[in-house]
Amino acid sequence: MSDPLIMQAIARLVPNGARVLDLGCGDGALLAYLQEHNGCTGYGVELDDANVLACAQRGVNVLQLNLDQGLKVFADQSFDVVLQIDTLQHLRNAEVMLRETARVGKIGIVAFPNFGHWFNRLSVLRGRMPVTKRLPYQWYDTPNIRVGTYADFADLARKNQLQVLDSFGLQHGQEVRLLPNLMAGTAVFKLQRR
Amino acid sequence: MQLKRSSPTRYRFFSVIGFFIADMSLIATPQSMSFEAALPLQSGASIRGYSLSYETYGTLNADKSNAVLICHALNASHHVAGVYADQPNNVGWWDNMIGPGKPLDTDRFFVIGVNNLGSCFGSTGPMHTNPDTGRIYGADFPVVTVEDWVNAQARLLDALGIEQLAAVMGGSLGGMQALSWTLQYPERMKHAVVVASAPNLNAENIAFNEVARRAIVTDPDFHNGHFYEHGVVPKRGLRIARMIGHITYLSDDVMNEKFGRELRSAVNSVTGYKYSTQEVEFQIESYLRYQGDKFSEYFDANTYLLITRALDYFDPARAFGGDLSKALERAICKFLLVSFTTDWRFSPARSREIVKGLIDNRRDVSYAEIDAPHGHDAFLLDDERYMNVVRAYFAQIANSLGGAA
Repeated sequence: MSDPLIMQAIARLVPNGARVLDLGCGDGALLAYLQEHNGCTGYGVELDDANVLACAQRGVNVLQLNLDQGLKVFADQSFDVVLQIDTLQHLRNAEVMLRETARVGKIGIVAFPNFGHWFNRLSVLRGRMPVTKRLPYQWYDTPNIRVGTYADFADLARKNQLQVLDSFGLQHGQEVRLLPNLMAGTAVFKLQRR
Repeated sequence: MQLKRSSPTRYRFFSVIGFFIADMSLIATPQSMSFEAALPLQSGASIRGYSLSYETYGTLNADKSNAVLICHALNASHHVAGVYADQPNNVGWWDNMIGPGKPLDTDRFFVIGVNNLGSCFGSTGPMHTNPDTGRIYGADFPVVTVEDWVNAQARLLDALGIEQLAAVMGGSLGGMQALSWTLQYPERMKHAVVVASAPNLNAENIAFNEVARRAIVTDPDFHNGHFYEHGVVPKRGLRIARMIGHITYLSDDVMNEKFGRELRSAVNSVTGYKYSTQEVEFQIESYLRYQGDKFSEYFDANTYLLITRALDYFDPARAFGGDLSKALERAICKFLLVSFTTDWRFSPARSREIVKGLIDNRRDVSYAEIDAPHGHDAFLLDDERYMNVVRAYFAQIANSLGGAA
């Protein structure tokens, strides 16, 4: 998710000077943006070799770790913000990682593709899994192994005693606050432990 | 810890290529620096009147900010990169990593390779004369630690007029020295690059070292470490020590791929076996014997004991009740750590312990865990992902120097 509009929308949720852990940081663009514009410090976690290299080339701290093995190297509440931007849908242990995010960070920010978006619903209504710019994969080759909606995630947060500080949809980089589960391709939640 | 050699033809091919490239670019010149003043050692002993062999590559910039120190592991020396003018096949042990245009680019950095005290490649070691007794040190060479080596290296930098290093880099035992630098001289360095290393050795690792040491010490030719005056070398012990070491530097997969159960020379029987318990039957036996023989020709037995002991003793967390995070509080530089997934001698889990300690102290650290098949030896080999990450890290350092070279 290196779309500048989306990056800016996420960055607006991150306090200036925050210590940030970016889980599934990709090529490090968001972390570099937060360092430059929000005066943040911290680390990205990434598994993919090419992304790790891209982070090293940008000069952001990157840790090559497998999120499916948990966040053991990070102490409780050791980050102001933990980001999971377009990461959750790839995780086998998505629920554990959500709890871990809230353990390690004072605030967690989670963004993921919303399968409740009307376009996706229409597609399923026609009897087909959605293939869009946001979800460009076929059902048989998609890395998105956790297929959920904005409303589903709200339930998961509640189940894990996480307080939703803010939540909205993102569509074309714009915040969607009216019927986000229907109107937005991306769901964004800002959470903390109760 | 040495590069595994491939088949003779492939080796020759690569050495010809290596020679060609090195010849085009980098001629190394070994130098030596003498130190009269006694160096206090961790054990309480001291050593005086010693010398350190070293090599430098590249040019120290005007504000002396581009120096990088390379620390070596068990079986290596100050000859890190390039070749000698009169020995075109004698390629430095990290020549794939260091040189003009290489990941650690000697066109931008001033790189220093130094041979540690107690070694057998030039710096003062057990085969040299003790100035206090006029006798060859032998087993009386003082036990040196990683911390002692770092102190000796710092003295060399003093003599070279280098106050602060852009980076200290090392793999395996060399990585331990780089890590120790960050604790002993935190103000004297900006970056540490720690490859395939560990915050200490675990019991299994000490056990391997102990088997190797017992092989040497129980060789009748060892003479309690004073074999020099008997005109013999405890080659049997050295061979076995090297064979054990070699097994631990490789991965199961690589060994199986390279040797499998292949026989050296099948005889005309149903199975091809010779039905002998002592002759070389399998290729892996032949390989290990060859490596052991080669090693015993040039490596010093007392050096092997000293260096494996230095490995065993290294444990910066020990003074902090085993709390590595507490120990790493003193480290203020930026870090790059690299480990290799199939390295079971210095496993990724050990590197992650260091990473965790640094994160606990909110230090800048990057960590690459390279999915390479070659075991511990991978740190000396050309894995593109490994090379590229190190290249990117040093490029960032070079840019922070403001383009000065």
